[in-house]
Amino acid sequence: MEYENNIPIYLQVMNRIKKDMIQGKLPMGAKLPSTRDMAVQYHINPNTAGRIYKEMEQQNMCYTKRGLGTFVTEDATVFAAMKEAMAEEVLETFIKEMKDLGYSKDEVMSVIEKRYERETD
Amino acid sequence: MLECKNLRKTYFRKTAVDNISLELEEGKIYALLGPNGSGKTTFMKMVAGLVKPTQGTISYKNQQIGVNSKKEVAYMSTEPYFYNYMTVEDVGKYYADFFEDFDMSAYRELVDEMELDMQTRVNKLSTGMMAKVKLAATLARKAKLYLLDEPLNGIDLLTREKIVTAILKAAGEDCTIVISSHLVEELESFIDGAIFIKNGCNVMVGDAEEMREIQGKSIVDMYKEIYA
Repeated sequence: MEYENNIPIYLQVMNRIKKDMIQGKLPMGAKLPSTRDMAVQYHINPNTAGRIYKEMEQQNMCYTKRGLGTFVTEDATVFAAMKEAMAEEVLETFIKEMKDLGYSKDEVMSVIEKRYERETD
Repeated sequence: MLECKNLRKTYFRKTAVDNISLELEEGKIYALLGPNGSGKTTFMKMVAGLVKPTQGTISYKNQQIGVNSKKEVAYMSTEPYFYNYMTVEDVGKYYADFFEDFDMSAYRELVDEMELDMQTRVNKLSTGMMAKVKLAATLARKAKLYLLDEPLNGIDLLTREKIVTAILKAAGEDCTIVISSHLVEELESFIDGAIFIKNGCNVMVGDAEEMREIQGKSIVDMYKEIYA
């Protein structure tokens, strides 16, 4: 995967994992790679991989079964909250950019409407 | 695990390393960065015990550089050092004769992963293949400190990925890795810290991730600031 240089690597990989979870590439209960395998797979530092698991566990995104490894959470509310938080982020940048371009709320709404009409055609 | 104080190396009137002081922590991966002629190779050779410092001290696990440190420090030089008649397999045997910690089965595995053939003669290898053989031979040692001099220089994108994968597989809590390079971008995602060398002196960044987090700055940004 490609990285942005000035954003912490652990955040970038975590966002990728979150997306994979939401898109079903990493479904509930799926086994996650070991810290070392994650480092090799994503070309990141093993210490960073360790940190990613710590952060993910804190956010209840995954849990560890002793001797078996780490698994994606089976709690649907965690998935829902994660999805909402990511959508919130996308919206925030979108609204900001549109504001910078001088779009009012109504204009934004109508652009979105039109765009969706075109897509469903 | 490695501590250098006021290291200096001069060759007659030329100063290769002026003043390097740094400390490396166990289990971390460091980039050694700097333009050509800044002293990166001389520094590595001093740590490997191949070149004696003119001034200053190096201590490896609180001991001087010498027979004991050489057993645990694996240095990969930029220049090829194999005889033309050797095959890739011979390179492994040659290493096995030199180093107690060399693991022939690990070497076979690395050679295999890098899609090389044990029977190819060294003088028939392309630049990229040669880089992979050198790396396989070095990483097949169970060393505690790996010094890799320009492992990515002149290597195509796909081969670079293989080399980075091999390096990360060798990384672990009890071993430290130093990688010299001009290709800062290639190293950014997986290094803990960076040592910048300029005019034979050094600037050290201990924690790249912390720098990104607190200052929003990357190693690439630092590189530009220091050498611009």
